[in-house]
Amino acid sequence: MLNDADRIYQNLYGQQDWHLSGARARGDWNATADILARGRDAIIEEVKASGLRGRGGAGFPTGMKWSFMPKQSDGRPSYLVVNADESEPGTCKDRDIIRHEPHKLIEGSLIAGFAMGAHTAFIYIRGEYYNEAARLQAAIEEAYAAGLLGKNAAGSGWDFDLVLHRGAGAYICGEESALLESLEGKKGMPRMKPPFPAAMGLYGCPTTVNNVESIAGVPTILRRGAAWFSALGRPKNAGTKIFCISGHVNRPCNVEEELGTPLKDLIEKHAGGVRGGWDNLQAVIPGGASMPILNKEMCETQLMDFDSLAAVRSGLGSGAIIVMDKSADVVKAIWRLSKFFKHESCGQCTPCREGTGWMMRMMDRIVQGKASMADIALMEQVTTQVAGHTICAFGDAAAWPIQGLMRAFRPLVEQRATDYKPAQPLAQAAE
Amino acid sequence: MNANIEPTDFVFDAAAEAAVAKAIARYPAGKQASAVMALLDIAQRQMERLTGTAWVPRLAMDVVAQRLGIAPARVYEIATFYTMYNTKPVGKYHLQVCTTTPCWLRGSDEVVSSCKKVTGIEGFGQTSEDGLFTMTEVECLGGCVNAPILQINDDYYEDLDAARTEALLNELKSGAPLPPAGSSIGRQASAPVTNQTALLNNTKPVE
Repeated sequence: MLNDADRIYQNLYGQQDWHLSGARARGDWNATADILARGRDAIIEEVKASGLRGRGGAGFPTGMKWSFMPKQSDGRPSYLVVNADESEPGTCKDRDIIRHEPHKLIEGSLIAGFAMGAHTAFIYIRGEYYNEAARLQAAIEEAYAAGLLGKNAAGSGWDFDLVLHRGAGAYICGEESALLESLEGKKGMPRMKPPFPAAMGLYGCPTTVNNVESIAGVPTILRRGAAWFSALGRPKNAGTKIFCISGHVNRPCNVEEELGTPLKDLIEKHAGGVRGGWDNLQAVIPGGASMPILNKEMCETQLMDFDSLAAVRSGLGSGAIIVMDKSADVVKAIWRLSKFFKHESCGQCTPCREGTGWMMRMMDRIVQGKASMADIALMEQVTTQVAGHTICAFGDAAAWPIQGLMRAFRPLVEQRATDYKPAQPLAQAAE
Repeated sequence: MNANIEPTDFVFDAAAEAAVAKAIARYPAGKQASAVMALLDIAQRQMERLTGTAWVPRLAMDVVAQRLGIAPARVYEIATFYTMYNTKPVGKYHLQVCTTTPCWLRGSDEVVSSCKKVTGIEGFGQTSEDGLFTMTEVECLGGCVNAPILQINDDYYEDLDAARTEALLNELKSGAPLPPAGSSIGRQASAPVTNQTALLNNTKPVE
């Protein structure tokens, strides 16, 4: 188990003061100007050396992402945008950072902004986090009042403004280019890439979008050093991660642990175990709604990091662990995710707009026992026509839970179909 | 957007104007369209303040469009794309029940049943006869380790079950104000309900 001393988020549960005074007592804002004095390149090199990979889901190396930003401005400003549109079902980690450690996020924004040559950063927070946004705004105002933001931020000589932007209920705005569209005052519809945001992002200017947990961890990494961070976790999967353990466990909770911690340890040690004991486990969705489900056998030895989960054709995603015991109808659980994706599809690409509805309705029929074996095959075929055929990764995210269900629970799904005789020809199956 | 319920006039009041000015000033010069989401929210909150129901009439969308110098259709698009803008009136208490998988596994069906039982509402999207409650099905609220969650207006009520949901709504029905947001079983945020395993120094009370 990770030592408390090695946890970045010392106030994850809000048991201490979130204000600037409390944050300073935890070491935040300590000699921030000295960190900036190391220079852009040194900061980026240190973040690269730490092995930090993006904590929003894709796991792209954070330092490398920053290095894509132009070194010399062509006249356009550069922007940092922090993605606080936390909406992946199962995920509630950024919420804790925002409400209990807001100054880590603010200080991290300054450092990251400086490292990429940005004088302005926007934090895009989901609209439902109303109280969290109020807390973060209050913390931003504390930082301005203390000279930590604004002109000559924290005495560093770097001018830096931080703006909080509230969303209004749209999962797709967690996709970085949809987020930028939304920030510009439009519908959140993803953009074609290229151009990538580092070349043409917010207002047509060079932009980097990072997750809250990626940014908020940076000050601690730079204070304690890349060697400290990279010694935690596993090779190529460095550091700590906040895991959100929900569903059928005795004590659901968030906890910061090393990447590569066994799934079983997270559930048994931190979340009080599976309801009814480990043997009552049926399934786990290991990384938020989009990540393919694991059956119990797969859970026995599974390590929780990017590469270990990719090796079983699932993913770490946002680190959200959704646990289901034997009482759960896993087919219905996945159907509900299909309903989620149908609701949240932005409607821009036809395969996704139509396909998410098809997938949801076909899953619904399987749940109700009104699907034949041929219907199941057709549904699987539909998932392949959605995934990979859309502008953004939403189409893939909508297809993966179903494809994962078929890999991990095929007998269970087919059992529901074997007794069913379709009354109508297949042509109408996906109406 | 029903013509019968549309007000005949909409202007931002003084409190809203102050918020509007602040919102527009947050964005670079010439990029005031970025404030459209904030202005719709300000309009919705003004309606709540003045009429007791939080929604955005079409006239308010027109005012927002005019203020930002963008086409009214673009504001209508925004108002209908994002789920948090109510394009028709809602009850004083907007019951937003999360039923996505993590909440469903922890009993969101019970929360829905309790909402129906206390308010007399039969299905999602409906408003109770007394106009006090509107019940809406929402997607993941992002508080999954405190599931199931019912969002009422701006506040999250967490770790609910049937009995606690009923008690909460009965209080509101009897005229009590909204209780403090958060866990209904006294949990400390996202920490495990007992047997905290991490950050053990924090369990001592803060001086």
